[in-house]
Amino acid sequence: MSASATVLLFAAYADALGTSQLTMPVGDGTTVRDLLAALAQRPGADRLPPSPLVAVNRRYASVGDLVRSGDEVAVIPPVAGG
Amino acid sequence: MRSAIVTRPLDPGALLREVATTRCGATALFVGTVRDLHDGRAVTGMDYEAYAAMAERELADIVAEAVARFGTGQVVCEHRTGALALGDASVAIAVAHPHRSPAFDACRYVIEELKRRVPIWKREHYADGTRQWVDPTGAARPRAAR
Repeated sequence: MSASATVLLFAAYADALGTSQLTMPVGDGTTVRDLLAALAQRPGADRLPPSPLVAVNRRYASVGDLVRSGDEVAVIPPVAGG
Repeated sequence: MRSAIVTRPLDPGALLREVATTRCGATALFVGTVRDLHDGRAVTGMDYEAYAAMAERELADIVAEAVARFGTGQVVCEHRTGALALGDASVAIAVAHPHRSPAFDACRYVIEELKRRVPIWKREHYADGTRQWVDPTGAARPRAAR
């Protein structure tokens, strides 16, 4: 099985991409920035901001952070709890 | 201390009883409820969605921070998700402390950090039948409490 990460989408971002979960390939040195660039190629991704918030394995991450096989990457719309 | 993301109706009175202790002379309670107007549009209801696993952890971190900063272990917070009606409580926070000032401050800290960090989103239902995810970045973002 090839190396991949699970990408989770929520709320307005899930509506934009038409799905709440994707599996995306990762390799040695793949970063959050690389995954976002690949995500931007998908239909509907033009409705996402250029630099959305991202969490890796349920913690907020930076665009330079590495993504490894099996990681859970969440693309997080502006939060609106309360 | 305790925190939870729940799908059942919130019971603020139960949170007050949970934090009560005779060591504490002050209890602060914050309850957030679904209101009927947003940016001039009539709202009829609200859906709350959470990235539950991360929201539970982030909320637990915030409550633990409040406990450390304000010197009381008597802090509980629950946030509800799912379909809520007007007037329903979406979030409830109770803090008991020996004194009132840090009780208020800790309660304020939890709600402000929750609104800044916890991955929860809400979709408003409007009187005209349309629905829209709330994007708070259009307005001033709440600042972290000091």
